[in-house]
Amino acid sequence: MSDSESVITQEMRNAIGVESDPVVSEVERGAIIKFAQAIGDESPIYNDEEAARETRYGGIVAPPTFLRSMRVGPNKVTVQSPYPANLDGGSEWEYFEPIRPGDLITVTQYLADVHERQGRLGNMLIMVRETKYINQFGNVAALQRSTGISYQPK
Amino acid sequence: MADQIYFEDVEEGSALPTVRKDPTTQQLVKYAGASGDYYQIHYDKDFAKSNNLPDVILHGALKNAFLGQLMTDFVGMYGSLKKLSVQYRAMDVPGTPVFANGVIKKKYVEDGENIVECEIRLETHEGKVTTPGYAIASLPTRE
Repeated sequence: MSDSESVITQEMRNAIGVESDPVVSEVERGAIIKFAQAIGDESPIYNDEEAARETRYGGIVAPPTFLRSMRVGPNKVTVQSPYPANLDGGSEWEYFEPIRPGDLITVTQYLADVHERQGRLGNMLIMVRETKYINQFGNVAALQRSTGISYQPK
Repeated sequence: MADQIYFEDVEEGSALPTVRKDPTTQQLVKYAGASGDYYQIHYDKDFAKSNNLPDVILHGALKNAFLGQLMTDFVGMYGSLKKLSVQYRAMDVPGTPVFANGVIKKKYVEDGENIVECEIRLETHEGKVTTPGYAIASLPTRE
């Protein structure tokens, strides 16, 4: 297939807006600490329960990108890029409530947009996904809009 | 830890304190484990090269986390991060430092909250911006 042909299919377009099956995951304190250590953030609110209790949070909370580690469920419409290689294009987060150990987060995701762009990697298929994170109180804790790029390595 | 910053302490044009990171391949492995993203471009050099990448590269989400820390370090215990938006325009490889920097572009009060809008970026030691973005946060006030 030449670079000038579109790889966007009707199947991909039909997938826009279709939400994945909700998956509920529990936020674990150990996972938060491990995540904070991995990114190198030593703030006590992410690492030290005793110190975190002294703060207005009352205990450990998750750093802002922690939710990326929460599992996304299967989607009855699976969209497969014809290109094997992937890159992350970017992320936009909106935050509404702190994420605490013991929280039960329901994650759903849908494809919001699909388009193509020519770049130095050749034809790039761009998929934008919206992910919603709802806590056990039924409140939206966070929203994320993320861009994935796939391409054919030469 | 830095002292709490207040809305009165900053103005449009104020720079955020730089957060320096020295990512290593080991950190990329730790991050893969902590986040569940085991894509081989982050720790398998042969695989990365067969994907037309120069070397193993930092997870975009790790760069996102660095910029998140820029903001959470800045807003302190009593501030809140409301929005964080980043774009991975260029790749970063381990073994070289990256610097998370930002500047306040707008400062205003809305719905009773003291808001700062910041332009943020991750740049190499040569000043090349690999990851531009913006963030919106609320800060406490002394009043």
